[in-house]
Order: sequence, then structure tokens, then C-alpha cells
Amino acid sequence: MTYFAKPKLLRPDTPKNALGYTRRDYEGAISSLCAGCGHDSISAAVVQACFDLDIQPHRVAKLSGIGCSSKTPDYFLGNSHGFNTTHGRMPSVLTGAALANRDLIYLGVSGDGDSASIGIGQFAHAMRRGVDMTYLVENNGVYGLTKGQFSATADKGSKNKRGVVNTDSPIDLVALALQLGATYVARSFSGDKEQLIPLIKGALRHRGPAFIDVISPCVTFNNHAGSTKSYDYVREHNDAVNRLDFILPRDQIEASYAPGELRRVVQHDGSILLLRKLKTDYDPTDRVGAMNHLQERHAIGEIVTGLLFVDSTSESMHRHLNTVEKPLNQLGDAYLCPGNHALEALNASLR
Amino acid sequence: MKADTSPKTLQRCNDFVIKFANINGSGSASANELFARAVMRMGVPIAPRNIFPSNIQGMPTWYEMRVSGAGWLGRRGGCDLMVAMNPQTWDRDIAEIAPGGYLLYDSTKNLPRSRFRSDVVVLGLPLTEMCNSEYTDPRQRLLFKNIMYVGALTALLNMEFAVVEKLIAEQYRGKDKLIGANVNALKLGYDAAQEVLPCPIGLQVERANGVGDKIFINGNNACGLGAVYGGATVAAWYPITPSTPVIEAFSSYCRKYRTDPDNGKARYAVVQAEDELASIGMVIGAAWNGARAFTATSGPGISLMQEFFGLAYFAEVPVVVFDVQRGGPSTGMPTRTQQSDLIACAYASHGDTKHVLLFPEDPYECFTLGAQAFDLAERLQTPVFVLLDLDIGMNDSLCQPFEWDDQRRYDRGKVMSAAELEAGKNFGRYLDVDGDGIPWRTIPGTHPTKGAFFSRGTTRNAYAKYSEAGTDYVYNMERLRRKFETAKKILPQPVVRCAAQPTRHGAIYYGSTSPAMAEAFAQLNEQGIQIDLLRVRAFPFADAVIDFIAAHDVVFVVEQNESGQLRMLLLTEGEVDPKKLLRVLHYDGTPITASFISGRIAAALDAHKVSPIRKVAS
Repeated sequence: MTYFAKPKLLRPDTPKNALGYTRRDYEGAISSLCAGCGHDSISAAVVQACFDLDIQPHRVAKLSGIGCSSKTPDYFLGNSHGFNTTHGRMPSVLTGAALANRDLIYLGVSGDGDSASIGIGQFAHAMRRGVDMTYLVENNGVYGLTKGQFSATADKGSKNKRGVVNTDSPIDLVALALQLGATYVARSFSGDKEQLIPLIKGALRHRGPAFIDVISPCVTFNNHAGSTKSYDYVREHNDAVNRLDFILPRDQIEASYAPGELRRVVQHDGSILLLRKLKTDYDPTDRVGAMNHLQERHAIGEIVTGLLFVDSTSESMHRHLNTVEKPLNQLGDAYLCPGNHALEALNASLR
Repeated sequence: MKADTSPKTLQRCNDFVIKFANINGSGSASANELFARAVMRMGVPIAPRNIFPSNIQGMPTWYEMRVSGAGWLGRRGGCDLMVAMNPQTWDRDIAEIAPGGYLLYDSTKNLPRSRFRSDVVVLGLPLTEMCNSEYTDPRQRLLFKNIMYVGALTALLNMEFAVVEKLIAEQYRGKDKLIGANVNALKLGYDAAQEVLPCPIGLQVERANGVGDKIFINGNNACGLGAVYGGATVAAWYPITPSTPVIEAFSSYCRKYRTDPDNGKARYAVVQAEDELASIGMVIGAAWNGARAFTATSGPGISLMQEFFGLAYFAEVPVVVFDVQRGGPSTGMPTRTQQSDLIACAYASHGDTKHVLLFPEDPYECFTLGAQAFDLAERLQTPVFVLLDLDIGMNDSLCQPFEWDDQRRYDRGKVMSAAELEAGKNFGRYLDVDGDGIPWRTIPGTHPTKGAFFSRGTTRNAYAKYSEAGTDYVYNMERLRRKFETAKKILPQPVVRCAAQPTRHGAIYYGSTSPAMAEAFAQLNEQGIQIDLLRVRAFPFADAVIDFIAAHDVVFVVEQNESGQLRMLLLTEGEVDPKKLLRVLHYDGTPITASFISGRIAAALDAHKVSPIRKVAS
């Protein structure tokens, strides 16, 4: 239960980041999810990413919808404000929050039911609107809290726990995100934190809509033979196009790679996405190529992972709206109220 | 029987109704408004109303304007002078003219005598022919026809030509070519009327002093302005009639008043959302994050936003919603007026909820209450609905000029600062530390290690931690009830108007019923009926509202919906004897009139009198 606080005991040699915070400072309440749930691994990856990036915890706002995945923001970044909104509506609430204060980092957490079914409209419009956010979908193909119904991302032919076969076509949120204009699109697997953590870091430092679909097996309702979202299935069919190393502008690039294996993308803030190619002909800056590759591999049952697309020249919603640099929620009365003088002139024009 | 061939024609000065029957999209609106402003400039109060279709081009539209030297701004009904410019609606337009009234029409085509009425003064001008001989461009032929009939009316009603001329010059300031062309068309109409028609007719506009310093604006624009003055920085919306102009006005005033002079950047953000769910979601997100945010919508939007209203109520997020009510249910009458969203707003969303409603009576209050709504929302940390309607929203109306106290500062409510958190002040998001039911909040990003909390729609304890404990739930609900007791005290109080003599009869009304009610009050007084009035301005009701009911034997609840929604709220919230509250309901989509109200009240009071049972002769 989240009633219980985690013990605050720390070992003297606990590592601290540049701000002097330990990983503990980025954790949240104790998870109430099932033991072994993929979502908890994702929460741990978020904690690690924020710790590594030296993010001030209060500079993050974490928002979610409804469902198992949407409970997780309670379980990380306890010093950040969070908002567990209504089912499928995280994107709009996050959009509003981002409008109010352009200086915070916005992390939206959702699930496959929350984003691919009830919230598909809001997901789509947040992507196309260019909201500056990291949108994490913890994708397990089932509704957990209501006990194992198929979600809209469940593959056609996939079996549920009772052996019933899903007859509906799946929605691939990654394909939609690419089509709708997301400027950082990735897929990962909750069982592969080496892949996931850098992808989250790159997303948090990206300007514009960054979408990560994380296949996150449901140990209780969707981890059996016949499921295409089980740990075993995902491990066997994980078809990574690249491995990402995320490098802050201040850090030296130490690793050495053979020429031709590496792709280097510099983001707007100077952070570097170093991509080790696993598919030699895959170009993560080619949106159409990424969509084609995704379709081809999906047709043969493979799950394409990695940083699938990035646009380093991306813009955000505030640029489109031409809003002032100072966050709107910090503008004082004098900047907002035109005063009585303006009204006198206006009255005169209305007679 | 022989028809009376010389009907007694109407003879009225500064007291008549003129109605323009036009085709939607023909450019008549600006000509009609020019005429309205000209009457107003002559110091005579006017009350125009657009009766328009859900259509872009082609369907019939009417502009009905009451000229009232006495200053009555409610709809009067009827028509003394019809400007019939739409052949589609000819028959019904002709039928609507009062006996002895006047008809101005385009006589280019000969119409059989049977299409006219013998008891109406017929004034024909060949407007199309005049336009065709004067102009070659089809667009000009269409537009200047409208200006020509304004010119003709100027002559017929004995108005000052120079006033109209000056208005045109103001409208097209800097565009001399347009001024010349419009004045030319005006003059053609004026001269033609002088030449062939019996100018002036029995209806006349005479210079008066009835307008004073009043301004002429519609409620939607005033709401948009109120949101600017109220400090709103985020507006998210979805287009819907009749509320769309609220956002358009907000955007336009923001461009004017909120563009940074140094770099041209915007001190506001307006986002057109994908639907009403997203628009209220954005508003909630922005308000949660410390910006003043609002949306504007109408009935169907209110229905779509229900779940989010519950979240904003329960998570205590200060949002403002302008609901420009139209005829419901469902798509209903999208271009007609009603006050039928009260119940949908007062208890919006599932579970035990309650919301603050404000009822502006005119554009002036759209501005003042619109701005105040943001203070109230942040003070009370709850949604505040500003409920106007199509009649107030879409129609320009005379109202008192706007003013703003430059000493006034926004009331941001109970927001705990980083310094207070640093100083060790106890922060519990849902803790009632002050006993008024209103907790303290923090804005995201305030302090690195203190004051963060997790907002949610689920039950929580006073420290915003997830809880399924009944005691935590009950604590929270009782605190919310206390908060709404606090609300009653700080919301706008009702306005009471007492009859000349003490009376046991009262009437309660709100919003756009106000001008008709004021006139009905005078009509009833003339008939010797004494009645006290109370105008409700907010929900939950101030104690004064319930006291007013207690102080009268019979209270009429006058409103513009079919089920008596304010009456229902009064019964529920005030625990009032239902027999005391009598319904006066007007809900055909047109604005309520004084004669309707006074007629219903007089009839009901008459029925209350004990009269002997009479035998009806067979």
C-alpha cells in the first residue's frame, strides 16, 4: 500500500549525482503492482534516467491516465508534482500544464488501454500538436485492473489466459506516432533496462513530442504461451535496429566504435544521441523509412525496438504559439491586466 | 362585411419594433447594425436581436430591433415595421406586422395584390433595379442594396442623415473609397424614399437623451474581455455555437493588450482542442499548474465535459467555464436561447458533486463576473461556471460602461510559497487548516524537496496519499461541504428590488430574463399588482435567497427552460415548500418578454383569488 513510506535509511557510500541527490530522492511510494510487473522496471528506469541526468526532481511534472501503468507515477519521483487524471485523458491535461509553464519537464505515463483505446484521440492530437513531452506507454496488451481483457494493442491471433484468441487487428502506437508527427519515437522492452534507460534520457532531453512504447509484460494476465506480449515472446522476437548511448553535452565520448557502425545525432540542447547500428541500412532520421521498416518486420511477427526516429530540428507547441519565454503561470498582474485606461478607450469605441 | 380600406396607422415616436427579414450571408448584418447604431447615436435606446439559422448561406435570418425611448431592453415581440428582403419568408413576415403597421419592400418585381395586407402601409422601393442601374459588380449590387434600405429608413423614420453618414465614416476610417461608395448608396436610398414614399411615416425616431454613457456590446465579447482582465493566460476550446465568439474575442483582445511590446510574443495561449473533453482537460492541466485558464462552450460541450468536471471538483482545480446556453436537449435549437443547463452544471459529473454557478444579466456583468470568476475559482479551488445564454451572448446590448479598479490585485487564493515551505509550514494538500474547508495548494516546480503532492480523482487522505479508508473519504467530503458553505458567503449576492408597497408576493429570476422582468415589474405595478423581485446571481444560493422565499407567501420563479431548473435547485438546496414556488416558464427559444411575465403572474394571482363557482350558461 502506498500508505507506507519507504524507509529512509541510506548507506554512507550511496552514490550521489551532481546535485547531491541519491537515487532514493527520485523514488516514490512503494508500488502496489503485482510482483514481477514490467511496469516497476520502467519506474526504476525513470528513476535512473532522472538521477543520471541530474534533474531537479521538482522540475518534472508527471501525469497519467487510469490503469495499472497510470498508477506508476506515484511510485517514482516522489518530490515531483503528479496528476493521475481520468481514463485516456492524460495528454490533454499534460498539454494544459505545458501551456502554463514551459520550463518544466513533462512526463506522461499511460498504458495500452489508456492510449490505444479510450484515449487514442488525445494521444493522436498531443503528437500532432507538438507538445513538449515524454510520452511513455507501458504496453502489455491487456486490461490488468479489470482482470485480463484484450486491449487494442493485442496482436490478432494472440491468446488470452483462458485460451481465447483475439480476432481484432492491433493498433501500433509507434506507427501512429510516426505518422502523426512525433519527433522522437522509440520502442523498448521493460526487461531490457540497458536499452530503455538511454531511450528515456534522450526523450526527456528532447524538444517536442517524444514517444516511447515500452512492451511491459503483465505477469498476471498476459505472460503465457500464445501471448505476443509475454517475457519469452518479446525476448525471442526483439528486433532492435540500434542501441542508444545518451551523452550529456558536458560529458566526453569515451567509447570507441568501428567507423560506419555509429550514428551521431545532436539534439537542440547539445545532448548527443549516439546510435550503434544493429541494422546497417536503418536510418533513424528517415520517417518514411522507419514506417516501412516497422510494417515489414511486424508482418513477420518481429517487434522492432530501438530509437526508430528522431528529428533533431524539432519544434515545440510554445514555438508555434509564439508565447513569451517567461512561463505564463509566472506573469504578474501588471503583465496580464490592461487596466482602466484601456477600458476607457474601449468604451468610447462602443458608443 | 366591408373591409376597412383606410386602416388606422400606427403613430409612435421612439417606441416601436422594426424587423429586418434577410437571407443569411447576404451582407445584411452590418447594414442592420449600422441602422441600429444610428438610432442609438440619436440618443434613443435600442435592443436588437439576431434570429439566425444554423447555416452559412441561404437560410432566412431576421434582425429584430426594439426602439424604446423608455429604455426597455427586453424583447417586446410583434413587429411594427417589417423590412421584407427575403422572398422565402414573405408570407409569414407580412402576417407578422401589427395592424396599422408598415412594410418596406423591394418593389422591383411586381407582386399581386393578394400578397399584401390591406391593414398595413405598404412602402415599395425598386431597390434591386436601383442597384442594377448604379452598380455592375454583382457583389456590390448585393451589398449596397442593404445600405440603400438603411438610407430609405433614415428618411421614412425622420432620422438625421448626418448621423448615419458619420457612422459610415467611422466604420471605414482610412478607406475613403469605401466611405464614398457607402454614403452614395445611403443617399440613393434616402433620396428615393423622399421622392416616392410618404416620408416621414407614423413611426419616428426623435433625438433624445436616453442612452447616456452606455456602451453597446454583446455578452460573448464582454466575457472574452472579462477573461483578459481576470488574468486568464490559457484558453482551450472547441468550436460550438453560440460560444465560439467568447474565444475569438479573448484572442482578439489578447492580441491587442497582451502582446509583448518588445518582442511581439504572446502573454497568453489559445489552443483549439480536438473536442470538448480535451479542451476542459487542457484547462484543468493549466490551472493545476498555476495558470488562470478557461474554456467556453455550450450545452453539448457541458455534457461531454462531465467526467472532467468531477475530477476538477474532487482534485480541487480552479477552472472557469463560460457556458453560453442554447436550446437543448441534444443538439436542440443550436441558434436559439434557453437557460436550460443549470442542473447539468450545478451537479455536473457522477457522485456527490456541486459547482459554483454565476449568472450575468447583461454584457456588463459578463465582464465583471467573468473577471471575478477567476478570483473565485482560485479562492475556492473549484470549477466556476459563468452561465450566460445566446440572448446575452450573441446580441449587442446597451449596458453600463466597463470600469476597472487599478488598485485591484488578483486573489490567487491559498497557494503556499517556496519560502513558507522552507520555513517548515505544515503542508497537507487536503488539510482544512483554516476551518473554511479550503485547503492550501502548491504549484508544481515550487520547491525541490517539499510540497510536492500527487493529484488524483481517487480518494486520498489529507496529505494527498492514496487511501481507501472510509474515514479519509468522509473527512474529505465534509470539508468539501464546508467549502461550499464558505462559497455562499463570498459569491455575488442577490439583487433585491422591493415593490412600492409591502407585499406577500415575490418573483425570483436570473440572467437574460432581467430586462423583461424589469419591464414586467412596471407593467404589474400599473395594474396595481405589487411584487418584490430578487435576482439570483450565484449558486450555491446566498442565505438571502432562501430568506426572501420565507418572507413571501408566493414566489414566482421566472426562467427560460421547460422544467423549472432554478426552482428545482431552490427546492433541493433551500428545502422550500414546493407549493410556494410557482413556475413562470418560457422556453420556445425566443427571449422571454415582459408581457409574457406580467401576463402569467397577473393570471396566477387572479386565480389565487377565491371566486364563486359560476354556472356556465349553455
